[in-house]
Amino acid sequence: MRLTVDHSSTYTYEHGVSYALQQVRKRPISLPSQSILSWDVSIEGAHWETSYTDHHGNLVDLIQLEPDVMSVSVSVKGEVETHDTSGVMGGHSQLVPLWLYQRPTELTMPAKGLRALAGKFSRSPSQDIGVLHELMVEIADKVAYRTNETDSRTTAEDALQQGQGVCQDHAHIFITVARLLGYPARYVSGYLMMTDRVDQDAGHAWAEAWVDGLGWTGFDVSNGISPDARYIQVATGLDYSDAAPIRGLVYGAGAENLVVSIQVQQ
Amino acid sequence: MLGRTASGLFWMARLLERAENTSRLVEAGFRMALTRTQPGEEEWRSVLVTAGCCDAYLARHDTITGDKVADFALRDRSNPSSVMSSLHAARENARMTRTALTREMWEAINDFWMAVRDALKRAPSETDLPEILTMIRQQGAQVRGATTGTMLRNDIYNFILLGIMFERADNTARILDTKYYVLLPSSASVGSSLDNVQWEMILRSASAERSFHWLNGGNITPRAIADFLIFDTRMPRSLAYCYDTITHQLDCLFRQYCQRLGTHDLAESLEASLTATTIERVFENGLHEFLSDFLRRNASLSAQIETDFRFAE
Amino acid sequence: MADGEDVFDEMHGFGEGVRAPYAGYNGWFDKTTPSALLKKSRDAQTFFRRTGITFNVYGKSEADERLIPFDLVPRIIGASEWALLVRGIEQRVKAINAFLYDIYHRQEIVRAGRLPEHLIRENDAFLPKMIGFDPPGGIYTHIVGIDLVRTGPNEFFVLEDNARTPSGVSYMLENRETMLKMFPELFAQMSVQRVSGYPMALRRSLERSAPAQASGRPTVAILTPGIHNSAYFEHAFLADQMGVELVEGHDLRVVDGRVAMRTTQGYETIDVLYRRVDDEYLDPLNFRSESMLGVAGIFDVYRAGGITIANAPGTGIADDKAIYSYMPDIVEFYTGQAPLLKNVPTWRCAEKDSLSYVLEHLEELVVKEVHGSGGYGMLVGPAASKKEISAFRKKLQAKPSNYIAQPTLALSTVPVLTKSGLSPRHVDLRPFVLVSSDGVDVTPGGLTRVAMKKGSLVVNSSQGGGTKDTWVLKEG
Repeated sequence: MRLTVDHSSTYTYEHGVSYALQQVRKRPISLPSQSILSWDVSIEGAHWETSYTDHHGNLVDLIQLEPDVMSVSVSVKGEVETHDTSGVMGGHSQLVPLWLYQRPTELTMPAKGLRALAGKFSRSPSQDIGVLHELMVEIADKVAYRTNETDSRTTAEDALQQGQGVCQDHAHIFITVARLLGYPARYVSGYLMMTDRVDQDAGHAWAEAWVDGLGWTGFDVSNGISPDARYIQVATGLDYSDAAPIRGLVYGAGAENLVVSIQVQQ
Repeated sequence: MLGRTASGLFWMARLLERAENTSRLVEAGFRMALTRTQPGEEEWRSVLVTAGCCDAYLARHDTITGDKVADFALRDRSNPSSVMSSLHAARENARMTRTALTREMWEAINDFWMAVRDALKRAPSETDLPEILTMIRQQGAQVRGATTGTMLRNDIYNFILLGIMFERADNTARILDTKYYVLLPSSASVGSSLDNVQWEMILRSASAERSFHWLNGGNITPRAIADFLIFDTRMPRSLAYCYDTITHQLDCLFRQYCQRLGTHDLAESLEASLTATTIERVFENGLHEFLSDFLRRNASLSAQIETDFRFAE
Repeated sequence: MADGEDVFDEMHGFGEGVRAPYAGYNGWFDKTTPSALLKKSRDAQTFFRRTGITFNVYGKSEADERLIPFDLVPRIIGASEWALLVRGIEQRVKAINAFLYDIYHRQEIVRAGRLPEHLIRENDAFLPKMIGFDPPGGIYTHIVGIDLVRTGPNEFFVLEDNARTPSGVSYMLENRETMLKMFPELFAQMSVQRVSGYPMALRRSLERSAPAQASGRPTVAILTPGIHNSAYFEHAFLADQMGVELVEGHDLRVVDGRVAMRTTQGYETIDVLYRRVDDEYLDPLNFRSESMLGVAGIFDVYRAGGITIANAPGTGIADDKAIYSYMPDIVEFYTGQAPLLKNVPTWRCAEKDSLSYVLEHLEELVVKEVHGSGGYGMLVGPAASKKEISAFRKKLQAKPSNYIAQPTLALSTVPVLTKSGLSPRHVDLRPFVLVSSDGVDVTPGGLTRVAMKKGSLVVNSSQGGGTKDTWVLKEG
């Protein structure tokens, strides 16, 4: 499937920025599930500092905001040929040892609710996919998809307790429980082409768990499926903060407002 | 050179100069007390005002006495411009810029700090005080000796000299401004013993009594005193001398960095305002007005230097 | 431990008379009067205080800038003894670098079953962000300090590897300067190898490790946490001796994809940063976000090849005390040779059998925290009271994996000057090692730390230990 992405994020600030650096993870790489045909990232109100590949294999751009700027925008235009691999992304090509993906992070710290949820499942080598699939369904059932109730700093446990959240929260809960069950698991940020609309107001996120014999396998709790040809993977990490499209520090800007416009279509 | 290093050198020099100036004010205060039967509260108040710490003092003490003022100005660590506080902060700046200083210079500063710290561990008795104040002057002279004798004449030296001269100009202008009224022609009942003592105090506070008398042959007039402390470039604490040095140091920086900055224009216009006028004009237009204007412009030039040479981001 | 015939004294051996390296010194000493020496000793202390060679004790105010006691009897090592040490150190340091490369790449040593995975996995010093990154020149530890103790003429043990930011080199240099001033005639008689080349050797070695993006002669700077750090004197001293800038985090910024320092004339690019700031404080964007000591984005620039950070972030995994006990295996795995320097036998309290042995023999052992340093939080069994031992037993039982234990070695002694003449005191030795693409360079000398209390085995300066000048004699 050939997908085009047109995505812009515009941050506006209350005061002129005195100093700000941001890591941008918005450049996908070609994988068995996707071939990048063209991809272009442009920025306004900031300039490129440097770029590199991080330990998860993500392409990272470091940008610095122009002094006194009141708004900055990052725009992405790209075309990707995707293939349906039934969510199976295959072998582990990074040097990161798999055990690292079992490490809890601040956002995926197991607590009471998550442990109770994990207690309902057990890892079973012959039925890994089945177990993980059931977990996906269970989470979707317990945590309703609802926007604006959580934010990027909401932990997996908090979202579970609240019983609502967005794709990021779903992914965090899935990752945490999968790790409790003994599966290495990671966070994926990317795009999803939706069949019922072109315009979207947020990027997408889902989870991957390591299944022996299959490799990394995707689970999109919010949509109740494993990723198919409508998905584009952009970055992976232990949690949102590792794979976030934009993260960094901003000094002297006061309150921040974000407007996002995303179009993903065939 | 790092902007932070320039800042460290500048402030190290300012604070060392300040420590010495403060101790000289206390010395002048005691000198006055000796020559009077009743040490006046007003004299000690003027010491505090000149040292810029009168409000801080009154926040801690109800009455103004010589002992308390001396203690506050010399030892009190809660007073940021006490000799101890200034020296401690000067030494911290010296440690921060350790690599820019010669060993002799660092040792002189470290010695200065250690000697004063030991001498002021306890409140000094009235009999010990003169000796301690003398020691502070001598230690300060040693630092200056190490500065002129061992430091390369480069930007490091320029920033140190700038620090010294800004602080000194500020101090001399304050000494005059605190007592400007005793210098006004209207209040000068010439020859009265009261005014003689006041004038003496001004000269002593600026370490200028000997040189003034030597140059003026005993002819003490308010105008001559003001002229000497403002315009006489032979006098190393006069405003004119300070600005002569400041513009020279800034010229050196201009030559070394090949960069002319807002600082240079400001400094030249300030210096010009000192050379283009006379003591007569100053008195005509108001001594106090002249001095407050000078203090304001001196402070804003100092701030401009901090910006232009990137002392901080 | 009682000092006696069973303790090796570096001047008098096991009591058989003055050993060869000390012959020249002994002849000179016999002709001097103790009172003259004691006076020189006092002069030296005054000199140190004046020049400000002090160290700050953490958490104390400026009044607590302390002097480390300096003893003016040199510790003397013969040329052949030293040559033996150097070979062992070179081998060990090469192995440490190879180990670090491997740990941040394929972890072959774990795959080969030579090192348990959990030692990496559960180790805070392991820095995942370093995975897959090749530091310039393949060098992780540019500056290493190897702590050694001695128990006999040719019996050296490695006590600890310092692969993060080893300190103490300023004492090596200042102690020598002081000795040269006090005893010029002694240096004229004996051929002592120079240590004064260290700062320039360090600078050259750092310049060699510049990243590919550097152009012209590389700009080197030292990053210090600031004047309140306990080793600030050393940071300033080294910057001065190397002729490089001493910078703090807030002097630096990312500019044009590189790290640059704010000067009076604008930003100037830095190619190599010798940082004396710990990993977690290095970069608030990538590590602890509340850090005020670091530089935001420096790690991004590092991974992009825009700067060399020395030592590399994440080197702490190599000097961790839990890893230490595997050093013989590590040396063998990467060099294919048996280790030339011995490890002190170590019980890992994480292991059940070892723990029960340690608990039974606490009064004979030295027990250390795996991640501790500076002699804090350790138990020296033979010197501890019953009460101290039982208190420590509780701590050990509560978290065994936090501790390792070692036998109390009969550390060698070297004489110190006391009011009643020479008297033996226990010592250790930290030689300083530089690593660059040119190879491994061990400065002939080092920091000798000495327990100033008779019989004491604790040499740490934070616990009242002193220092001595360390002389390595020339061949022949």
